Amino acid sequence: MTRTLLQGSEAVADAAIASGCRFFAGYPMLPFTELLEHMARKLPAAGGVCINADTEIEAVNMALGAAATGARAATGSCGQGIALMQEAIAEAALNELPLVVFNMARGQQDYFQATRGGGWGDYRTITYAPKDVPEAIEHTQLLFHLADLHRAPVMMYGDYVIAHTHVGVSPIAADFGPLPDKDWALDGSAGGTGRARQIWTWARGKPNTPGVGPDQHWKDVAAKFAALEETAARHEQRLVEDADTVIVSFGTTATVVDYVVDELRADGLRVGSFRPVTLWPFPGVALAAATRAATRILVYELNAGQMLDDVRIHATDRNAIRFIGGVSQDSSGMRQGDLLDAGALRARVLSALKEGP
Amino acid sequence: MTEMRLIASASPSLLQSPDHELCPGCGHPVAWRQVLEVLEELGVADRTVIVVGHGCYTQMMRLSDLDSLQCLHGRGPAVATGVKRMLPDAVVITLSGDGDMVSEGLAEVLHTAGRGERVTSLLFNNGVFGDTGGHMTAATVVGQRTKTSLSGRDPDEHGYPIDVSRLLATIDGAAYVARGAVNTAGMAARTKKMVRRAIELQMAGAGFTFVEVLTMCPTGWFVATPAGPEYLEESMMATYGIGELKAPPR
Repeated sequence: MTRTLLQGSEAVADAAIASGCRFFAGYPMLPFTELLEHMARKLPAAGGVCINADTEIEAVNMALGAAATGARAATGSCGQGIALMQEAIAEAALNELPLVVFNMARGQQDYFQATRGGGWGDYRTITYAPKDVPEAIEHTQLLFHLADLHRAPVMMYGDYVIAHTHVGVSPIAADFGPLPDKDWALDGSAGGTGRARQIWTWARGKPNTPGVGPDQHWKDVAAKFAALEETAARHEQRLVEDADTVIVSFGTTATVVDYVVDELRADGLRVGSFRPVTLWPFPGVALAAATRAATRILVYELNAGQMLDDVRIHATDRNAIRFIGGVSQDSSGMRQGDLLDAGALRARVLSALKEGP
Repeated sequence: MTEMRLIASASPSLLQSPDHELCPGCGHPVAWRQVLEVLEELGVADRTVIVVGHGCYTQMMRLSDLDSLQCLHGRGPAVATGVKRMLPDAVVITLSGDGDMVSEGLAEVLHTAGRGERVTSLLFNNGVFGDTGGHMTAATVVGQRTKTSLSGRDPDEHGYPIDVSRLLATIDGAAYVARGAVNTAGMAARTKKMVRRAIELQMAGAGFTFVEVLTMCPTGWFVATPAGPEYLEESMMATYGIGELKAPPR
């Protein structure tokens, strides 16, 4: 199969366009900037529109408008800019518009932002955290499908490493099955028919077509996310069956974890790894199963302990949990720092093993 | 027995119900009626999308027989940009009040004008946050009493109102900028012509088009209901002049 050497950002842009994305708006901000650049260069040729918005708030609201017409629409930034988009992400959840949001993050400090969100209301954001560029391509294509399937905002939590690494990639088939018709989409054509359409978070409808109203609508939205929490989680685990120590990590950090696990296994240590592929829904049942026999659950994330909360919620034995990560940013502030390193992780794992169970 | 004959409908055909929940003397329904009549006369109701902000006028979206999208406070012009870019043949209209546009969403409307988006933005300006019960907006005129400018807007303390129409008229991407009012039948008729011109120019691809409509809010102004139209002329019109601020040659 032919492989093309592409920067991660370009591979993600290609995957988005191949998935039918026809509207993209963003505000330049490293390390998201290159994704915006590639979309600006490639989307018009595919019949789409890319707008260099004047604020992140405008970018996400433009994407919401495009999504309301039934078009596949996306926006993105890094965590700092996505902080400005929180209101609109919540709005997409509550008025049920499919929206894809790319967080090309500067590190791992956006876990709470992605999984807890900052908007109002009973909503959650389906969030995929790829570990490398090939997985980012797969997630990009899947996320456009999931946004339409669930009529909800979805997020990819990438980072500097994924955005900037050049990797040989192959085009992959992306057929995720049929989707319901977008009979809710606005094109103006229902105007004057007596049955004009309306998209509104309060769902009050119009006189001829009354809606369920805010109370019932928000219950329905909450129920949708509750059902997804039970069914939509994905994870990856390695060598956990006989492991007395399981290292939990997400995103690109997991590639370092896998490398160190192989090293420690070669040294005869019974170490395994667990990675939530979806940060929300968190694969809690799978985590509990993968760590049931372990005496140590080591949480390795490059922040002050955010995913740690989810591990604490779901692990059967909370006393087995040790946090071995920490805030780690390089001097530019744009990417992970010294802890994204096999030697640093190995030292922290060995130190935790010495402490005993 | 005399046979009854309908000479003119009391409601525009694009209104599903006249039962709005607005206060007596409110100018918004009068202003919105001009818009519905224009859409009907142009025959474009079946390709129109309305993008509505947050305020008393949100009522009009709910009652109108037009495809409509409720957006976040102040963000209408940005949302409309996404709609129009995906539906270039649609008539896309945003509806905001002065709280929504001049206070919360000033950046959105200015940037949308700058891009020359082929949308029409309508500002129903009554100079107060009516929906919250009469508070000061960025468009409240000097001297206006509100619940947050109790002795009247004082420039030393509260600063000056922003005239968004004048701002927009300076932007190259804005093809048409006009300000009307609905305090008299004659003024409403003049405003209707402005709305028609704005929508026609949008359909011709001329650029961003904008109509500000000064509307009455006797409740929010704390004046008697019948005094609304006259009060509007004495207060708001003294600050905000009526007419076309920018228009292409016919």
